[in-house]
Amino acid sequence: MTARRQFLAGALALACVPSAARATPETVAEAVRQLVAGRQVRDGALTIDVPPLVENGNAVPLTVAAPAGLSVVALHVFTEKNPQPHVLHARFAAPTPAARVATRVKLADSQTVLALAELPDGTFLRARADVIVTLAACIEDPT
Amino acid sequence: MSARGLVSAPARVKRGEVFEVKTLVAHPMETGFRPGFDGRLIPRDIVTRMAVSLDGAELFAMEMSPAIAANPYVAFPMTLEKGGVLTVEWRGDNGFVAEARIAIAVA
Repeated sequence: MTARRQFLAGALALACVPSAARATPETVAEAVRQLVAGRQVRDGALTIDVPPLVENGNAVPLTVAAPAGLSVVALHVFTEKNPQPHVLHARFAAPTPAARVATRVKLADSQTVLALAELPDGTFLRARADVIVTLAACIEDPT
Repeated sequence: MSARGLVSAPARVKRGEVFEVKTLVAHPMETGFRPGFDGRLIPRDIVTRMAVSLDGAELFAMEMSPAIAANPYVAFPMTLEKGGVLTVEWRGDNGFVAEARIAIAVA
């Protein structure tokens, strides 16, 4: 990377995050801790469908799907390097088999997306997906 | 503010059949983390919650954060035991409210 590119990347990063407002793995862990509140979490067959390489972080298609044989009451998504850790909390009124939620999210940087599925017995399934973002969400012109 | 919401679902489904509901609402989803031309942060203006109900009974709800892209699109599966009018309601900052309805018959 040339010095000019490094300067530009740095300047954009500064413009992007004017204050210290940025989630970290610690703030994500804290947000997850508040959600889970001491209940059991295990890594599970939760599917996060997101492109591994994203050109534009302003609208990234994201689908979180629970395994077909499992009923789910809620799906939660967190990110590590967006300005704040929460992305979405989707709740089904009744336990739903093959639950999934599809939406479009903003990603401020290359980072790990964390998804949790809440089961009817109160326990959680967890999955992670790594995403590389070449154009971050907050660089666009404020028009 | 002219608020526009859209909902798409089959007009008739079988009892207990899984079908997909797709929703879309026109909204800028300003995060509150971006500086404007004057260097000051543009205040946050997002949709905070969308809820889907059938004849008043809530079936699905989603809490949104600034990390949801502009013009929030949400799709999710649903099953119904009886037909009715499916209502999607979006609520957000600065008193934002939008609503969309679709009638679904259950055979």
